[in-house]
Amino acid sequence: MKITKAVVEYVAHLGRLELEPREIDLYTNQLDRILQYMDTLNKLDTEGIEPTSHAIPVECVLRGDIVRDSFEIDESLQNAPDRKGSFFKVPPIIEVEE
Amino acid sequence: MENILDMTIKETRGLLKRREITAVELTSFYLDRIHRYDEELKAYLRMSEEEALEMARDADARIARGEDSPLLGIPFGIKDIFCTKGIETTCASQMLKGFIPPYDATVIKKLKDSGFIHLGRLNMDEFAMGSSTENSSFQTTKNPWDLTRIPGGSSGGSASAVAAGLCAASLGTDTGGSIRQPAGLCGVVGMKPTYGRVSRYGLIAFASSLDQIGPLTRNVMDCAIVMNAIAGYDPMDSTSIPQAVPDYTERLGRDIKGMKIGIPKEYFIDGMERDVKKMLGESLSVFEKQGATLVDVSLPHTEYAVAAYYIICTAEASSNLARYDGVKYGLRSEGKDIIDMYKKTRLKGFGKEVKRRIILGTYVLSSGYYDAYYRKAGKVRTLIRRDFDEAFKTCDIIVTPVSPTTAFKVGEKTEDPLTMYLSDIFTIPINLAGLPAMSVPCGFDNNGLPVGLQIIGKPLDEALMIQAAFAFESERNVKKIPDAFR
Repeated sequence: MKITKAVVEYVAHLGRLELEPREIDLYTNQLDRILQYMDTLNKLDTEGIEPTSHAIPVECVLRGDIVRDSFEIDESLQNAPDRKGSFFKVPPIIEVEE
Repeated sequence: MENILDMTIKETRGLLKRREITAVELTSFYLDRIHRYDEELKAYLRMSEEEALEMARDADARIARGEDSPLLGIPFGIKDIFCTKGIETTCASQMLKGFIPPYDATVIKKLKDSGFIHLGRLNMDEFAMGSSTENSSFQTTKNPWDLTRIPGGSSGGSASAVAAGLCAASLGTDTGGSIRQPAGLCGVVGMKPTYGRVSRYGLIAFASSLDQIGPLTRNVMDCAIVMNAIAGYDPMDSTSIPQAVPDYTERLGRDIKGMKIGIPKEYFIDGMERDVKKMLGESLSVFEKQGATLVDVSLPHTEYAVAAYYIICTAEASSNLARYDGVKYGLRSEGKDIIDMYKKTRLKGFGKEVKRRIILGTYVLSSGYYDAYYRKAGKVRTLIRRDFDEAFKTCDIIVTPVSPTTAFKVGEKTEDPLTMYLSDIFTIPINLAGLPAMSVPCGFDNNGLPVGLQIIGKPLDEALMIQAAFAFESERNVKKIPDAFR
């Protein structure tokens, strides 16, 4: 067993996902199989190999620090589930005691 | 009017230029077909009929003024993953239901400038995660060649609509094969360009080092025409390649005498369906008949590609999908505090496959596992790329099957995610290596299901790939559009 329910619960919390108990069981099983499959990579000797991230390396692209047009406030907030003026409105950031 | 379905975009443009048809008539033709056939096919998630007719009227005005742009007046279906200003964009997810982007993706802007017509939004696997379009949270799209089967994924709606003649062309995206595999299973042409060739600005991200945008069309020439319109450097995409775009139609019709075609032994394996093998064999003979030479090559690290891919893409997806938190746009579920809101929102907004990949991706990036999984997979990626670089020393293009099987039945592979992942075994290595590749129809199996041929090119060598594909297509002449849609 590579992965336990406790690990799945912990990782779900890291990913800000709430899972139903049924889902935790299902994912634990499926992920365990998948991770075992991924162990095949350990057969490969990758000593001294650098990872690749871009297929065609490009230079780090910068631009001048010049102010450009951007969206109007109303455009930026047009999809906001809840807003107040120019702010997105959300529930309390600090955890609420039960 | 029906015979428009057999014309290239160039020929259709000829009709428009000569005023034999108007853009409004052409658009209405496709809209009528969608009304007639899409109830069953379910390729389109949402239509944009009013906008389409408005765009068609504008196109007619531009044509009247003498404008002659290669896509002017041509109706497209668009995978619901491209931000389009004022048009609901959902990625087939509950998370983005009702989301109206305030801007256009670069590729959409380019198509608008060229005068295309936006017919509607095409179905896909949720957030582009899947190989059958069964992961859409809205509907299951069918394969036009057999309505009990899937069209492939994640650009299943795109492939299905093009194959059934419900648009002239479509845009899709490809991260592990999501253009090429559905194109292969639906009998249409689909291309994934070199990574960085087409701007990703405004493309809703799945895996940033792998995602690419490309056309799905009924023939190779149309693919080249759309590529001309969408390729090019974009300062808004920092992974965009600054190199100039050639005219991809320029080499169409040139012969392929002396072209060296690499055949990698690792791609012609036991698990392949007998009919797929047969169609591939016949196709290789076509290339030889046209004067190309077949060269044996080896890509020894092929067997590690799927594992490396699912580590890298899930890691990147877990990062990219962290933004869906109910704060700024999309779905929000009420919570007692912010963390509770995040969790409840993401519980309700994401489907099973998306959640599975976020958990996997978060795990492989988490403290203690990052080196063992993500960094290791990155190194394997380098080895896979080196295999291709080595092989390309002795050949010009590489040819393989697109998929080990033809289209499977709806529901057949949904129980075991790993089985579904393995259906992308031939397409995934190409995304890891960042190379261009395309799927071209090459025949049918005994059940009348399409078989796709994959052509892989050197970095930024799309033009040569297109030349070979066109030569093959001219000789092979595979049937388009199933009889049920005529």
